Amino acid sequence: MNDLHSAVAQAISLVAAADPTLAQIVLLSLRVSLTAVLLAALVGLPLGALLAVARFPGRGAVVAMLNALMGLPPVVAGLLIYLLLSRAGPLGALGLLFTPTAMIIAQAVLVAPILAALTRQVMEGLWEEYAEQLRSFGASPARAVPTLLWDGRFALLTVLLAGFGRASAEVGAVMIVGGNIEGFTRVMTTAIALETSKGDLPLALALGLVLMTIVLAVNALAQGLRDRGLRLA
Amino acid sequence: MLRRLLLLALLASPLPLAAQDRHITVASTTSTEQSGLFGHILPIFTRETGITVRVVALGTGQALDVGRRGDADVVFVHDRVAEQRFVTEGHGLARQHVMFNDFVIVGPEGDPAGITGSRDTAAALKRIAEANAPFISRGDRSGTHAAELRLWQQAGVDPATGRGGWYREIGQGMGPTLNTAAAQGAYALTDRGTWLSFRNRQGLGIVVEGDARLFNQYGVMLVNPQRHPHVKQAEGQRFIDWITSPAGQAAIAGYKINGEQLFFPNAAQAEPGG
Repeated sequence: MNDLHSAVAQAISLVAAADPTLAQIVLLSLRVSLTAVLLAALVGLPLGALLAVARFPGRGAVVAMLNALMGLPPVVAGLLIYLLLSRAGPLGALGLLFTPTAMIIAQAVLVAPILAALTRQVMEGLWEEYAEQLRSFGASPARAVPTLLWDGRFALLTVLLAGFGRASAEVGAVMIVGGNIEGFTRVMTTAIALETSKGDLPLALALGLVLMTIVLAVNALAQGLRDRGLRLA
Repeated sequence: MLRRLLLLALLASPLPLAAQDRHITVASTTSTEQSGLFGHILPIFTRETGITVRVVALGTGQALDVGRRGDADVVFVHDRVAEQRFVTEGHGLARQHVMFNDFVIVGPEGDPAGITGSRDTAAALKRIAEANAPFISRGDRSGTHAAELRLWQQAGVDPATGRGGWYREIGQGMGPTLNTAAAQGAYALTDRGTWLSFRNRQGLGIVVEGDARLFNQYGVMLVNPQRHPHVKQAEGQRFIDWITSPAGQAAIAGYKINGEQLFFPNAAQAEPGG
């Protein structure tokens, strides 16, 4: 109980002191995870929408595969990216291992299947409603994708938030490809893992509380945007 | 597509890769990072040379692997046998001594094996095995894990016989090992530096220390630039030269926790004891 109290107290004093180290870690966490979600969205949203409208042999297998990839363990994704980006690997010449860019790539790989699978789910519902209408305008399934994405934009916000939640919460992938280098690739989750290792459990928990608060703030912001959008729509 | 993605990721990163200041990547161990040593000495090095050091802290086995793949410029670890193999296999250039500290055996309050105050590691480990007292092993191919296995061998005990019972390999770093030992009231081998900076001790305390067999030597080496042309040879060598120089050695000796010195510089020694 004492540990919990001191964790809350430390969390508050960390934030109140606007500790520059903490600020840097927080900013890097946001930068990495938000960029990863953005990249994943560029691939995942159109892919999901396309899957919702297209009918082709093997579609069921692709959908099942996407759904399964939602459960890709971060450590496995991290390991794959590690082997790709390592100097001894195929993309080694880029020198990206142990950089924030490597972390963004790893998280994008984790998040893209989630965005694609959830988008497909959402878009399938919409497609059922609108298929007749869009077809009557002579729109091919592929042409319908942008329209569908736009119509479902509010539902897609929740999809994006689910992706962001996954990215900001994972530690396995960024630890492996980022290396948890102080002042360079240390993010909230790897800092929490480090403090846990050092046995400073209250500080680890305090960092966890700070992380949860940030994630909450991002979600509230998105919610606000969505509500405003709905009112205007 | 992948190339375009990479490009986007690069654009999204505010640090332009080309314009970065000079830096090297050092693969090192959790004991040097988590004890706070690097936090103390690296700023001094950076101030003197303008080179920033990015430390990736892993177990010794993993750190050597990172060097082997060419993903670090310098390796700074503590398993002499493995380090020498690393050099003879051509992965690294001349290995140099940097410093030493020592291992200690920590154990729970009740001391079920009755070894508190012993200076004989072999006898103490034998007692732990005979008492079937729980022992947490790193089990992660780290320098500490290698040292622990050598100590069991010297004690004439095969810890594998205790698997599933008193001998528990968790495959994690030093901190998690101590966390587990504290939670389970178990014994564990740890380097003194990590122990001194470890907070979550609960009833855990040092039970065996001061045996010459508990000596723990750290070495440093440059990753072979012939194998990995991108290795920053000049900057990496600068780091090695500095850490083995009087200035670097003094910085190491100057790092203390609660007045206690954690690492003892011995770069000048050709053949340290142990």
